[in-house]
Formats: sequence, structure tokens, C-alpha cells
Amino acid sequence: MSITANEEFRPKIVAFCCNWCSYAGADLAGSSRLTYPADVKIIRVPCSCRVNPMFILRAFEKGADGVIMCGCHPGDCHYSTGNYYARRRMALLFSMLDYIGVEHGRTRVEWVSAAEGVKFSQTMNEFVAKITSLGKNVRLEDLRCRK
Amino acid sequence: MQRIGVFVCHCGSNIAATVDVKKVVEMARLEPGVVHAEDYQYMCSEVGQAKIAAAIHEKHLTGVVVCSCSPRMHEATFRKAAEKAGLNPYMVEIANIREHCSWIHKNIEEATEKAVILARAAIAKVNLNAPLKAGESRVTKRALVIGGGIAGIQTALDIADAGYEVDIVEKTPSIGGRMSQLDKTFPTLDCSACILTPKMVEASAHEKINIYTYSEVEKVTGFVGDFTVDIRKKARSVDMTKCTGCGVCQEKCPSKKAPSEFNRGLNNRSAIYTPFAQAIPNVPVIDREHCIKFKTGKCGLCEKVCQAGAIDYTQKDEIITEKYGAIVVATGFDTIKLDKYDEYAYSQSKDVITSLELERIMNAAGPTKGHLERLSDGKPPKNMVFIQCVGSRCSDNRGKSYCSKICCMYTAKHAMLIRDKYPDVNVTVFYIDVRTPGKNFDEFYRRAVEDYGVNYIKGQVGKVAPQPNGQLLVQGVDLIDNKQILMEADMVVLATAIEPDPSVRKIATMLTASIDTNNFLTEAHAKLRPVESPTAGVFLSGVCQGPKDIPETVAQAGAAAVKAIGLLAKDKLMTNPCTAKSDELLCNGCSQCANVCPYGAISYETKLINDHGIREERRVAVVNNALCQGCGACTVTCPSGAMDLQGFSNRQILAEVDAICR
Amino acid sequence: MQEIINRAKELLADGTVARVLGWRIGDLPYNPEPSYFETAEDLEKNFVYDGFCGANLSKYMIEGSKLEGKTLVFLKPCDTYSFNQLIKENRVDREKAYIIGVGCKGKLDVEKIKAQGIKGILSISGAEIEGDAETLTVNTLYGDKTVAYKDAMLERCHVCKGKEHMIFDEEIGESKDTKDADRFAEVEKIEAMKPEEKFAYFQKELSKCIRCNACRNVCPACSCRKCVFDSTKFDSAQKANADSFEEKMFHIIRAFHVAGRCTDCGECSRVCPQGIPLHLFNRKFIKDIDEFYGDYQAGADAESKGPLTSFTFGDVEPGVTGGRR
Repeated sequence: MSITANEEFRPKIVAFCCNWCSYAGADLAGSSRLTYPADVKIIRVPCSCRVNPMFILRAFEKGADGVIMCGCHPGDCHYSTGNYYARRRMALLFSMLDYIGVEHGRTRVEWVSAAEGVKFSQTMNEFVAKITSLGKNVRLEDLRCRK
Repeated sequence: MQRIGVFVCHCGSNIAATVDVKKVVEMARLEPGVVHAEDYQYMCSEVGQAKIAAAIHEKHLTGVVVCSCSPRMHEATFRKAAEKAGLNPYMVEIANIREHCSWIHKNIEEATEKAVILARAAIAKVNLNAPLKAGESRVTKRALVIGGGIAGIQTALDIADAGYEVDIVEKTPSIGGRMSQLDKTFPTLDCSACILTPKMVEASAHEKINIYTYSEVEKVTGFVGDFTVDIRKKARSVDMTKCTGCGVCQEKCPSKKAPSEFNRGLNNRSAIYTPFAQAIPNVPVIDREHCIKFKTGKCGLCEKVCQAGAIDYTQKDEIITEKYGAIVVATGFDTIKLDKYDEYAYSQSKDVITSLELERIMNAAGPTKGHLERLSDGKPPKNMVFIQCVGSRCSDNRGKSYCSKICCMYTAKHAMLIRDKYPDVNVTVFYIDVRTPGKNFDEFYRRAVEDYGVNYIKGQVGKVAPQPNGQLLVQGVDLIDNKQILMEADMVVLATAIEPDPSVRKIATMLTASIDTNNFLTEAHAKLRPVESPTAGVFLSGVCQGPKDIPETVAQAGAAAVKAIGLLAKDKLMTNPCTAKSDELLCNGCSQCANVCPYGAISYETKLINDHGIREERRVAVVNNALCQGCGACTVTCPSGAMDLQGFSNRQILAEVDAICR
Repeated sequence: MQEIINRAKELLADGTVARVLGWRIGDLPYNPEPSYFETAEDLEKNFVYDGFCGANLSKYMIEGSKLEGKTLVFLKPCDTYSFNQLIKENRVDREKAYIIGVGCKGKLDVEKIKAQGIKGILSISGAEIEGDAETLTVNTLYGDKTVAYKDAMLERCHVCKGKEHMIFDEEIGESKDTKDADRFAEVEKIEAMKPEEKFAYFQKELSKCIRCNACRNVCPACSCRKCVFDSTKFDSAQKANADSFEEKMFHIIRAFHVAGRCTDCGECSRVCPQGIPLHLFNRKFIKDIDEFYGDYQAGADAESKGPLTSFTFGDVEPGVTGGRR
């Protein structure tokens, strides 16, 4: 997958959305016909606390350029406390990714309620723009290069 | 290896107009495990479902992927169809190519490419799906209604009439709610108390209804069909079994400086009080903050005058624990605070009042005994100005973005009642729009304008300035004549926006019911499931879900009751099989998963484990499937991967990640 | 050292303990190894406790807890944190351990001695636990050499957590706080790099990894019965696949799995045959946890909830922390 000058860079973006708020928010964005780039692909999880850091590392290893996790607003988790744990896990994981050279801009957590179709679409537009400006990710695939 | 069938829906042109469905079918055929792929106009139709069933039979499918609308829409439909055809329903996965694809992308090539990838991810997941079987849980045949206003009363009556026990928990000393504070009701102008009181009496007399007033929900555990609720019965300081409701204590109470909540603080009440004459139960409470006995230890007058010996200063809060199968939230509303609306001089002048305060002033049992008069000097007003949309339809963040829905009608009611009783009072209404959708509503409004001569001005008021002579100078604009208006008024009435009662946030958190940015409880579906919360077993009644007038509230209360009855009528419920499951061989017994489980669903047992020939006693995690709601918090906490979530397993999600990043 | 041996013999003799978990003299003067002792003779002949006994014995008590009777275990101050953490996670049985907290004056790293160009080591004096030697005298094939004790210390001893034992039944010997460096200085240095530099740095370090699993095996927090990388539950064990997920992500995932549980004992870096500074991953998490959620030392007690199994309503947002730098 080489990027030539005249070939437009299309980022690969994985979005983890909790079933109760953010996935529904994405549905609302859809039924409200609020567009965002097709580069974003959503994976449905029951709760943001289901997102294992391994999933995110795997996405980056497999060539994702950005990963975003969306969940219910703190305080509104369908399972009452899931997103609080997710928030800590992601704060640490994203900081670690930044530490090994995957810029903070490539990871994002956004709390999107079922009523926030507009916010979902805006968030995705912003995130895609950000990733596009950062360009292709250093491939974690090469984190341990073989000599 | 699975034998997977892929079914791509056109959804008329909803999908097919932007996604090349034939291409999706063609690409899906290339994926591992796929033995069948087809497309159809409407997969959710009878014919579409029959196509899935036919393929399951003919191609001996072990897994199904439907590329269609959101799984939140039709996952259940397709799972049922598959089950009918003999396939385990949890072998069906949905690729959302409508809400997440065709509806948001315009370029056919891009949308098609994305649809192919979404289908590929779903296929990768189904390849790792395993049949799951729903468990069963019991249903406690008792309902809890939180809030004793008209919504809660109606819901309770309907559930009780169907033969189920109902408890109402009301935080104030009496049931009745906001409706009991209203004077007359639109569009028929019948007296609010006259229609509400019989309902209150009916509820209190109903053998299946048990009312906890002056009580609050303290803690909720459990799940649909089997909630356990702690109710705090606040100390009333009056023995309900002894009190006869004679009212002597209230007359004799020397502390009469507590603002009356029922009269919106417009006058005062005694420290021992019933909120209003028709209160149910007709048993007073002692407001300990204002009671001299509680503050200084002296007094005790009420105890002396009570012939029934019902006064009990030693009473303590009591916690009642009860089990329920269904919970209905009917917490109602309050008017917003007006501290951000200084321009209307609400805090500066006693003659600027809210509409709810006007209700109390107009009411014969209110602070002015029903005489329309200025609260500053007791004089009858000559000119009254009503300002609409105070805090409603607000574009800045001072108020609410939504329409409070009831204000146009009650203002027409107020204007009409005033013009009827006091024909010499001039009534002017400033409005943005007059909204009157509802049976006999527009006729009602037109009567106010045409028969009663109420002066409606389209335009907003910029400022209300109290004058030294006690008058209120109203500066507004008439948008139709496009001119500035300056007028003097004796009273100004603000149609103040309504908002969910603040207590609802705490209750929603306890119920794990979702709430929107305005604190209204969210419906399971905005159109198709408007009285259910997404949290199973929790139902919504009245304004806690959104602004409503009385008939709508009563209708919704009945609908919520029907949904609750539908649940209570069942003996057993099928539980969600997508629960956490621990692999005993991998479990370290470290307890980290139990630390993060919000449902207390994980416990530890010492078991004899045979780990490839090594037999030893180990402390291992065990998940209670009836309690587990399937959030997955434990799965990420577990370092060894012993804990996994059925239906959303680590391998399944990794397969989706791989398919998307391929 | 004789005091320790005598006390161990007493405890064995009076039946308080059934065995002793300590350090056995190695085949070289600087490589003692963790071992059980069951007789007084064995202790007298083969037990050693000196500056090279860096090995943290806490983890051995997981197996020790399953044996009949009590085990006497020697723990240095920093080892007691690991032991507490293992109690918290129900991995060791406090009742099965008799803990003697032994004094520590900083542990030595033979690699640091060798790095000074010293070869052919025959014996080393000054590493004994008694006395307060400022220098080590190294007897080599090429004559005697001297090295300052401080210059031969393990990295972790320069950021010593202190001389207190967090848990013990009795204590023998004096300890010295050898801290003379900032624990997070190395982490901060990396944090200040540009993204490409960071990636290049870790790529260089991690490319040395031969996946020998020494770090995993020694780590007291990495105590899973079966590592997630060895199970099929995650699809992460793809031994045949050369560019598998496991190969690339092992150290990051390992660090995440021990985040909030790692006591910063430094064993991972001590045992790495390739000299990869693995503690830099753990310490990054520790630094972040301290900054985001308040100072936290895993293993300071055996009861409190760890930072990843608790939360506060006002925790920092992952996005906000990104703006921190």
C-alpha cells in the first residue's frame, strides 16, 4: 500500500462504539443523514468497558491510522460504571501509545449519547481530518523489526 | 468451519441507492465460510425472512449475516426468523450498511467499499460465533411507581386494576403532584382538584395499592423481573396509625414562618403541616428544620393538643426493602430557576410571577384565597402582561432548547379566566408562536382572542423594569407591526420553562436508565417504544420522559402501566445469554474482575480443578448468569483472558478488527 | 549472614517452618539462585545472602503456598511490596509464609562491573551484607580491580523505595536507602522526544528481544497460571507466524496487564539477557497513574483497590491528558 503523490491518502479508522449510547448516536447520525467520511468503520461493543487495549493495539498493528472509542457520557453508562473504568484504561493506554511514538492525535475517546447524532458526525469528521493531517501511521507492525 | 449465508438488503432505495448491493453479494461470496449470498428488496419483510429460512434449510447454514439497517432496529427480527428455521438465534449477526453507510455516504464507490468491509467484519465474527442459550429468571409480581403525581397515580391504578400489587413512593408528604397545585385545567376549564382528588382517593383506597409518602428510593439492585429496592421512609414525627387528621396541631403550632412549598413560597405554613387540605394521607409531618421543639427542645405544643397521641418526636427514618418485577418512573417536573433571566425582574419585584405561582393566586385555597391581587400591595391589577417562552426554545445556554409544550395553552387559559372574572383587566400576551396542536386546543385559544379580547402580540419582551410608583415598565417588540412597545403593567406573568424534577438524575443512576442532556429519561425507541426505558423492566410515565399536558400524561401513564402489566403477567423471563464466562483453567482467582463488576455477579469458589492432569484446589471466579448484564468490564480486567464475554468474545472482536484493517 | 542462617536453622528445628526459601551459592561468585533448603546442613553449606542476591523471592511463594506447612521466606524491603500485592490477589497464602525481612544495602549488577572492562572475575569482596564497603575489590585472572559499590548497583537501587519492610514476621539486619536518582528521569527523557524518535528508540530496544520470556517468568505481577499469550482465548498465540501480534505487542500488553499492580521491583530489566530497559514501560504507567489519579504504590498494603479497578467521577479525560505535554 504505497501512497503516491497523486493518490489521495485515505486513513483506516476503527471506531469502537458502545451499544447503548454511541452506537445509537451513530444510528441517529445516519437517520439524520449527517455525513462523515467512509474511512470510519464502527465495531459494536456492549460497553466502552468491553474495549480491551489488545483490540486497539491489534488495530494499530494491522495498519489502522487512528482508533477512536466512544461511550456513554460519564454518569450515564448503561451499566452505571463501565465507562469510568474505560476512561482510566484508555487514558493510560493512549499515553503509552504516545510514549512509543503513536501520537496522541491518533487515539481519541469521545462520550456520545444516543441523542447526539450531530456530535457523533462532527467528532468523526474532526477525527478523520486530524488523522489525514497526521498522515500514515508508523506501523506498530514494525515495532520489533527483524534484521 | 461455519457454513455462512449472507443476505444483503436493498431497503427499497435506502441502501440500494448508494450501495451497489450486487457487488456486496459478489464480494461476500469470496469470504471464508460463506456458502450462500443473495440480495433482496426488503429482507425484513415476510418474503425476505422466508428467503433466509429457505437458505438455512437448503444450504444447511450454520451462520447468517444480514447486511441491512442497524441491529438496534432488526437484529431481533432476523434472530427470530433464524430461530424459526431451526438455527440458533445467536448465530445471526448484522452488518449495519444503512445508518452507518448508505445514509451517510454519497459516493457509490466509497459506500460500496465500506459496505463490503462491514459485511466482511460481520462474516469474520460469525465464523467465531457459538450457539447461545437464553437462561430463565423469575418475575416478582409487584410494581414500584416512583412519584405520586397524576402520572404515578394513573399508572398505579391501572396496574392495580389488572390485579398486581403496586407501591407508590412519593417524596413529599402527600400524593397529588403538580396537578394538585393547578387551579383550572385547559381546554375544558374544569377544576383541577375536582378531577384529581377522586383519583387520589381511589388510589389510597385500592386494596392492591400501597402508598409510601414522605419517602424516597434509596437503592436499587437486581434486574428486570427481580429488582430489590430500598425505600427510605423519612421520619414523619407523626404516627400514621393514630392520627385522625383533625388539624388541631397545625392550628396551634406557634412556628408559622416556613415557606409553603405547595403555594410556591408565596405564603407561610406551620412547622407541622399537611401540604394542602385534600392531602392523602391526611396526616401531617413535622418539618424538623422549622420546629421549635426540634430546634430548642422546648415547645411540644402539638403533642399536648393531639388527642390521639399521634405525635412522636423520637421517630426515625425507616428503610423498607421490597422486591419488584417492574419499576415505573413518574418523577414529573419543576419550573426552571430564573436566576439567569434578570431582565424580567423576577427577583426584584413581587409582582413578577411565574405561571405556576399565578395558579396558586387564582386558587381559592391559595395565598390570596383566589383573589387576583398584586403580592406587593394587595391591590387588584388593571394591566397584566404575560411573557411566553421564558427559558423555553432558548438558543443560548441560559434556558432550555426545547418547547415546554404546555405554556401556550395554560396562558390562554389564564388570560381567559382573568378576562372572565375581571373584565376590566387588560391582558396582553407576548409570544414567539402560539402552539395549539391538540383536540379543541386551537378553538380554545381563538376563544381567548376573539371572545375574551386578549391582546396577543407576536414578539419578545426585552426588559421588565420596576418603576418607583410600583408599576412595571415592559419593553417589548411587535414583530408584525415592526415597532417597539413600551407599556406599564401591574403584574407580569412568566411562562417559565419546565424541566424534569432534579431528583430524576439520582434515580436514573440507581436504575442505570439513560437520560438525555436535558435530564429527560431516554426511551427505548423514540417512536416505537416511547414508554420504555432502554433498561429492561423500567418504564416511563409522564413528564420525566418529555414535556406533556395532563391528557397526554394520563395516556402515557396508562401505556406504561400496560407495559408493566405485560411484564408482570409473565412467570419467567428469558435472560440475555451474552454474559461473561470464566474459564476455570485460566482463572488466577485474583478477584480483580469482582472488583469492577457493577452487579455483584462474580463470586469465588474453591473448586477441585483438573488442569491437564494436575489436580488441585483452586479459587476460581464464577459468574451468576442471572445477575450478569454483559457489560464486559471484567473481561478487560482479567489479565489471563480467563474471563470472556459470550457473543462479544475477545476472538470475535479481534476478528472484526482484523477484517476492517485487512 | 550467619545470623540469618542461625535463625533459619532455629525455625526449622522447632518446627515453625518446614522449609526455607532463600538464595543458594551459584557456580560463579555473582550468580546466587533462589532455592529451597530443608536441612541445617544444606543451609550451613550452601545458603548465601550478599549484594548479588537481587532475586525477589515473593513469586516463589505462589508455589510455596501450596506446600505442606509453613515456608520461611527472606524478603528485602522492596520485595515485600510484591508479596503484599500477591496477597491482595489471593496468589499467596499469608498463613503459609514466615517472613524474615532482611536488610539491604543496594544490590549489585555484574553487568555494570563487566561494563567497566573487568574480565575474568574469580571472586569479589565487599559484596558481603556485613560491613559498609564503599568499594568492591574484584579478583580477576588479570589481577585485582576496584569498583565503587554505587557504580555497580542495579538501576532499581538508585531509585530505592526505602528501607522499610511492608510486611514481615521479624527483621534481621540493617538497610540503607540507596536512592540517588529521580525515578522518572528516564521516562521524562523519552516523553520529551519527537514521535519519530520515540518510535525509533523503542524499535531499537525491542528489536533485541528474543522472546525468551525471562521477564515474564521472573515478574511477581506476571503470575497468571497461563499467560494470555500462551492460550487460544485471544488468538494472540500464533507461534508459527513470524510477524504475529504477540511478537510486536508482547511488552506493551505485558506492561498494561501489570499496570497498577507492578511494584517497580525492576526484576524484568535485571533478568533480561538482552539488556532491554523493560522497566521503562512499567514506570511510564506508574508515572501516569501518579499524575492522573494521585500517588500510588502497588503493594504498599494488601487490601486497597488498584488504580485500574477503581475510579473517581472526576477522573481526567483521555483527551485532556494528551494536551498535558
